[in-house]
Amino acid sequence: MPNETLLSVKNLEVMFNTPKGDVHAVRGVSFDLGRERLGIVGESGSGKSQTGRAILGLTAANGKITADQLKFHDVDLANLTPKQWRKVRGARISMIMQDPKYSLNPVMTIGDQIIEAYREHHKVNAKEARHRAIDMLDAVKIRDPERVFNSYPHEVSGGMGQRVMIAMMLIPDPELIIADEPTSALDVTVQLQVMAILDDLVRDRGMALIFISHDLQLVSSFCDRVLVMYQGLVVEEIKASALHEAKHPYTKGLLNCLPKMDGDHTDLPILEREASWAEG
Amino acid sequence: MIEINKLNAWFDDNHVLKDVDIKVPKNGSFGLVGESGSGKSTVLRTITGLVDDWEGEILVNNKELGPKRDKTFYRLVQMVFQDPFGSLHPRHTIDRILTEPVNIHGLGDSDARVVQALEQVGLDNSFRFRYPHQLSGGQRQRVAIARALILEPKILLLDEPTSALDVSIQAEVLNLLSRLRRELGLTYIMVSHDLAVVAHMCDDIAIMNHGRIVERASATQLAEGTLEHPYSQQLYKAAGGYDRAVIDSFVDWD
Repeated sequence: MPNETLLSVKNLEVMFNTPKGDVHAVRGVSFDLGRERLGIVGESGSGKSQTGRAILGLTAANGKITADQLKFHDVDLANLTPKQWRKVRGARISMIMQDPKYSLNPVMTIGDQIIEAYREHHKVNAKEARHRAIDMLDAVKIRDPERVFNSYPHEVSGGMGQRVMIAMMLIPDPELIIADEPTSALDVTVQLQVMAILDDLVRDRGMALIFISHDLQLVSSFCDRVLVMYQGLVVEEIKASALHEAKHPYTKGLLNCLPKMDGDHTDLPILEREASWAEG
Repeated sequence: MIEINKLNAWFDDNHVLKDVDIKVPKNGSFGLVGESGSGKSTVLRTITGLVDDWEGEILVNNKELGPKRDKTFYRLVQMVFQDPFGSLHPRHTIDRILTEPVNIHGLGDSDARVVQALEQVGLDNSFRFRYPHQLSGGQRQRVAIARALILEPKILLLDEPTSALDVSIQAEVLNLLSRLRRELGLTYIMVSHDLAVVAHMCDDIAIMNHGRIVERASATQLAEGTLEHPYSQQLYKAAGGYDRAVIDSFVDWD
């Protein structure tokens, strides 16, 4: 069924206790996700990453998550024990982080890391796991998978590193991928190529994708639906194809302040923030 | 104002700049675009004297640069770096960061100069005795611009000045840079990976790939999309967002 609900989030709140007082990072976010590509867009501090991390229970120790509902199929993600989490993270929901330089283990070969991810969730022998890992590297369009399999992360480029991350996150065959700025550290052309690979794999395997990014235009050309976040609130939800019909002044402001290649050197419109946007 | 002829540079055995020619008139704004490793930042770093192994001719104000830069050069040419988190001393106050260049150059009257520089970049006096970590990314980049401006240079070299910032903050900093160029009659060389930023800010643009300028264009040509070199066309198309057919046509330029 294309429209069955995989993930249901109702009134999600994330609160951080800091020495300077409580920080309300996510304030009442609700959405239902089917087998689709959902974009979450916002500027730094809008709560977009914290929303993604809360779904996977990765909120930092000084943070508190509350939600009326946080359900993945029939699993209640709000009340899992660490042991139960291990059956969900990686296996059923997986996350691609921003920078392959920091999220790959620098002292372990790429092949061993992918095998580790696979064998954590599938009982197979070493030979079969190696075979799978090389197939997966091939699936993310790495030209010489055998060589990359035996390489260390510092020996590959940023674009290649991010493809390795995708391979590692997809090999256990999760149903939902949360990608948090997966291509922001890459050059534009490489960025698009990596997104195309992600797109193909997600489509072929019927996975759902939450794509978190600061780049409204990129997200709307890639996803089916976009949530725009501002100061922890979802201020607008739009069909990606109808971005130009966005109604909220924040969304419009974000689109307007982008420089354009129209030969116009006059000043860019400045985003005037209104206090009422943050009141929900 | 700036003329560069047949500039070549090396990092050990790596030939990173190949016959780069650039000409920027007074009060002009020149943009260098390219992907990582294209050599765009190295051009700026060579001009400021941060690259040792280079050959060619660099003329600033019709004066040819030797292997070393002296103080008069740095009064004329200042650079703003990409990362406002890495380019400000974390344990110096904004006041000290701005006063240091004034003292080095023995200009005197640092108090009034600091006040003026902060005002030029749109920061009020309350920022003066804060530390960088107490400022947002956009405010820090304003401080970095103020530090460059405090010596009253005529040329600013801008290395990805807004790529670490949110788009709404980027718009503010780009407007600030445009205004300063108008009001102070500055000359810019701006490096960016973002074609739209450069198209918005610059009159003349050069597209770099693997240490070489592959194409030159005016802002108007860029607006019309009449680029000729296949690499620049690819870069132009990539700026249009996610389009599957376009991506499948990409070629690797390794």
